[in-house]
Parts: sequence; structure tokens; C-alpha cells
Amino acid sequence: MIEIKDLHKSYKMGSNSLHVLKGINFSVAEGELVSIMGSSGSGKSTLLNILGMLDEADEGSYTLDGVAIKNLNEKIAARYRNKFLGFIFQSFNLISYKNALDNVALPLYYQGIKRGERIDKAMSYLEKVGLADWAGHLPNELSGGQKQRVAIARALASDPKVLLADEPTGALDSKTSYDVMNLIQEINDEGRTILVVTHEPDIAAMTKRIVNLKDGRIIQDTKVNQVRAQQNV
Amino acid sequence: MFELERWEEIFDTIRKNKLRTFLTGLSVASGIFILVVLLGIGEGMRNGISQEFQNDAANIMYVYTGVTSKEYKGLNPGRRIQMKNEDFNYTALKYQDDLEYKSSLFRIWSGLVNYGKESGSYRVEGVYPDYQFLENSGMLEGRFVNYKDDKNFEKVVVLGKKVRDDLFKDRKDPVGEYVQISGINFKVIGVFTDPGGEREESRVFMPISTAQRVFGGGNNIANMAFTLQPEDNFEAALAASNHFSAEIENQLKETHTIAPDDDSAVSINNSLENAKRFYDLMDMIKFFFWGVGICTIIAGVVGVSNIMLIIVKERTREIGIRKALGAEPLSIVGMVLHESIFVTAIAGFMGLIASLLLLEFVGPLIETQYISNPAVNFNVALTTVFILVIAGAIAGFFPAWRAARIKPIVALRDE
Repeated sequence: MIEIKDLHKSYKMGSNSLHVLKGINFSVAEGELVSIMGSSGSGKSTLLNILGMLDEADEGSYTLDGVAIKNLNEKIAARYRNKFLGFIFQSFNLISYKNALDNVALPLYYQGIKRGERIDKAMSYLEKVGLADWAGHLPNELSGGQKQRVAIARALASDPKVLLADEPTGALDSKTSYDVMNLIQEINDEGRTILVVTHEPDIAAMTKRIVNLKDGRIIQDTKVNQVRAQQNV
Repeated sequence: MFELERWEEIFDTIRKNKLRTFLTGLSVASGIFILVVLLGIGEGMRNGISQEFQNDAANIMYVYTGVTSKEYKGLNPGRRIQMKNEDFNYTALKYQDDLEYKSSLFRIWSGLVNYGKESGSYRVEGVYPDYQFLENSGMLEGRFVNYKDDKNFEKVVVLGKKVRDDLFKDRKDPVGEYVQISGINFKVIGVFTDPGGEREESRVFMPISTAQRVFGGGNNIANMAFTLQPEDNFEAALAASNHFSAEIENQLKETHTIAPDDDSAVSINNSLENAKRFYDLMDMIKFFFWGVGICTIIAGVVGVSNIMLIIVKERTREIGIRKALGAEPLSIVGMVLHESIFVTAIAGFMGLIASLLLLEFVGPLIETQYISNPAVNFNVALTTVFILVIAGAIAGFFPAWRAARIKPIVALRDE
């Protein structure tokens, strides 16, 4: 599903250049639930942003579902993001003036789906995350866990190939974190490929594979026995 | 632009961001409102001042004579030139096709007028019937001097409104009453009003023939007044009146043996020359209000631009989210512009309508001397609305374009 080879990325900080990713080789098969771990500054978020086409690599190749992601202009990148990817952010990034339902429906708007169908689909995803009763509420009327579940519903709405979650539980307490991880595991059980960036070992343990990053290199890549979040709830 | 989906998205955004919409709308609407009201008042001042200056027929010319200042053909300087009836009759006859109204005037120096116990000193003058039109006088009661009065040397007078008010304290109808001028009885035949106000209304007119005979004027006249037939436009009228006044001047100088370059013996007050200055003043007022109006528009444009900048800044994160969810840059720019054009256009028209209503209903109630009937050219007002809308769109475009080009990752980092 995801295939990256020899990926480099550096940021210019004034006169200095900060080499963040120093040749990453990495692939993810369909249906995997992978966590990317590392201390802050290890380059894990940068890697995720490149995978999410939110940022561009300096060197190396990236293939997503057989499509080479290369020299994208904004328009095509936008189309690919919409078609292939669903994002889950640490800070939820819901649009504050839209209610839960409209937030979930937004990726569908950009797919050009008509309003009626959009609302139906969005509603079914809200049901899936257990928030059908909260459809008409604005984000600031929801708890953190609920917001993240709306965000997950939104990420799923466009039926993407890969879900990318950047510290999805970073802003949540542990009980809510496990709730959210439980949801992510359930989605993975349905066969969707998911990448989770985290620095919490207990969250990483709930995935099927842990990739450890340090100083812009992969130092460890191991398959683990998944801990079901359900047990902790 | 006309996609239903896009409109729904815009209305949704507007509905849920009422304050932002209101503030944008307010700056546009108030800009338009102020501009239109200003232009209206400018127009009102134009009208008001025009009326103020229209106390005499606009193209009137007064011919006076004075004292010669130059020796000519053996005659000494310092001679007083006295115009005679012949001067007037000659001109009137010679230019009868060109002239609209014409009158000479004989001034009676001891203008003491009394009625019963009331008396006052006024300008008492003998004139021809045309004088009413030269002065733009209107009749309040009775009639003005007519040709029959003049032919028969009737001892009749027309009183100004102020004279009537002074002498007829009991508000009695003065027509048919007798007043004494220098002890001689004159029958009042009418009362006139003059747009020039009290100064012009404290005059008394009688037939010039009577005045010359009764007050020993011989066939002397003090001045002559003419108006020319109306021309199609101001420039033509000015040319005709300059030509006419030059000819009269030459003719008078010839008959009275005055040096052709003697300016003090004959003077012609050409009100059209004055009118030109008046029109220049009008133009100045117009320029002034346009200046103020353009400054207002600039202020409005700056205000709208500011708000657009803030709106786009405020929406940077939202734009990042939308891009992460698959919005193309053009759709972001389109969204911001669509909303701003819609809001500014609606607000602009609301400001326009409000100001037009104000001018329409409050305008006619304004009764100060220098403002009358304020109104505004609808096309001009409409143009300003479009200017503001386009300016708002341009002002919104650049920040929207920039925001749409920011990498989503940067936009999402924006707190």
C-alpha cells in the first residue's frame, strides 16, 4: 500500500539546514496498523506529513497504492489527499462553526457529492463512531473524546485507502485515549490501513507493528502482539 | 459560481459567522451611505446656491454712465455723461430682434413715501413694464406697470412687499389706496415680491414717463437693462452677450463723444460674466464633493480590504483543514471571494437604498437657504457600489490566494 525509498527531508533554519529525515526506507501493506514512535525531533511527524502529502520530500520515492507521488502540484495533491487519505490530528482540527454532521460531510463536499447524499453518508459514519445523537452539535459543545471521534468519522467519510493519525490521543486522558484506540482498532479490523504517530508506548502497543525513529532514521521495525484497547476500558 | 452546492456552502458560512458578515457589511454599507448622502448634499447646495443667485434674470445686462476720464476731440475730461431716452429707444429699436426684455430706469432722488401716518424712504424708480421680468419679480397683489400707464402718464405705483409691510401696518389691501411720494398722490396698483429678498423688495416702481414728467427728469435716464433672447448653451449665450455689450458701449461712446478707450464713462454690468464666475463656483463645489466622495470611497476600500485581510487570516487554519480534506487552491480562493462579493454587494445595495430613501424623504424637508432638493444621480451611486464590491474582491483575492497557496501543514500549525 505504501512504499517509500531513501526519503530525505531537511528544513532551512536561517543559515543552518536541519536534516530531519536521513534516508527512510519503509513499506506498509494493506490492512496494517502501524505505529511510528520516537522522541520529539526524531522526524516522526515530518514523515507522517510527507506520507499525507501535506509536505514534500527533498529526495526519495513515495508510492501510494501503486501511484507515484511525485512533483505534485497543489491541485493534484488536493485530489489525492481527498481520494487516498484520511487525517486524524492531535488537535482534532474540526471547523468550529460547522456542526458535527457538516464537519463529517466536508470531505464529501470536495468530492462533489450532492448535499442529500452527503448528509446521509456523513450520518452513517457518525453512527459508526457512536455520535449520531450529537450530529447537530458544534465542536465546542463536545468533549475531547467526542471531537476526536467526529474527526475519525470525517477521516473515514471519503473512504480513504490509508488513515493517518498524528498523536490522535495526545490531547486526551487515558480512558478516552483507549476509547479512541478501540475505535481505531475496530476500523483496522475492517481492513483499513492505519498509521499512528505516537510517543506513548501503551498506545503503540495497541498497534500491530511498531516503527521506531531516532534522529531521522528507522532504528527498529518490529511486529508486535496487539493489545486490545477493549481490555483497558 | 452558480453551483447550488457552492451557494449552500457560502450561506452556511454566512449564517454561522454573523458578526463577521455584519462588520464587513457595515463598513461597505456605511461607506456607500455616506458617499451618496454627501453627493446628494453637494447637489442640494448646487441647487440652493443657483436659486440664491437667480434673483435677476441670469443673462441681464445693466448699462450705466459715469464721468469721462479722458480728453477727446477737444472735450475736457470730467464731463458727466447723461443717458437720454433716445439712447434707450435707439438701442431697443436697433436690436429689437435680439432682445428679450428691455427697460430704462429713471431714479427719483427724494424717495419719501407716506401713507397716512406711516412713512419711509425708499428707492423710487420709473421703469418700463419689462422691468418686472428683468428683476424676476412676482406679483403678490394687483399688477405691474403696463404700457397704457406709461403712455397716459398715469400716477400709479407698484410697491415692494417690504414697503407694503412698512406702510400698511393694518394689513389692509393696498391696491386702490393712495400713497404720497414727495407730497404727490399716487394710486397703488400692485405689490411685488423679489427673489433678491428685502433689499429688492423695498423699492417702488412707477411708469418711467410719469416719473420723468412729475419729478422733472426731462428725458434723462439713469441706466438701461436688457436681456437677450435665450441661447442653446452657456457658451453661446456668453458670446452673444459680450458681443451685444461691446456694440452698445461703442454706440454710446460715439453718440456722447467719449474716447473709445475711456472705461469710466460707460460701464456695462454683464451678469452673464458674473454668472460664469458663479458657474465656476458651482464647479468648485462639485469638485469638492467629488473629492470628499472619492476619499470616502478610498476609506471604504481600505476598510473592506482590512476586514478581508483579517477574515482570511482568521480562516487560515480552516483553510488548512479544508486543504487537508481535499480542497483545491482555486476552490479556496473561490470560496473566500464568493462570500466577500456576495456580502459586499448586498451590503452595498442596502447602503445605497438607505441613502436614497433618506434623500427621497428627508431631502425635500430641508429648508435652509443654501441647500435645496438634495438628490443624487442613480448611475453614479450604482457605480460606487460596484467599485466598492470590486475593490473588496481584489482586496480579498490576494490574501485568499496566498492562504490557498500556504502548505496545509503550515496553515494547520497556525494557532
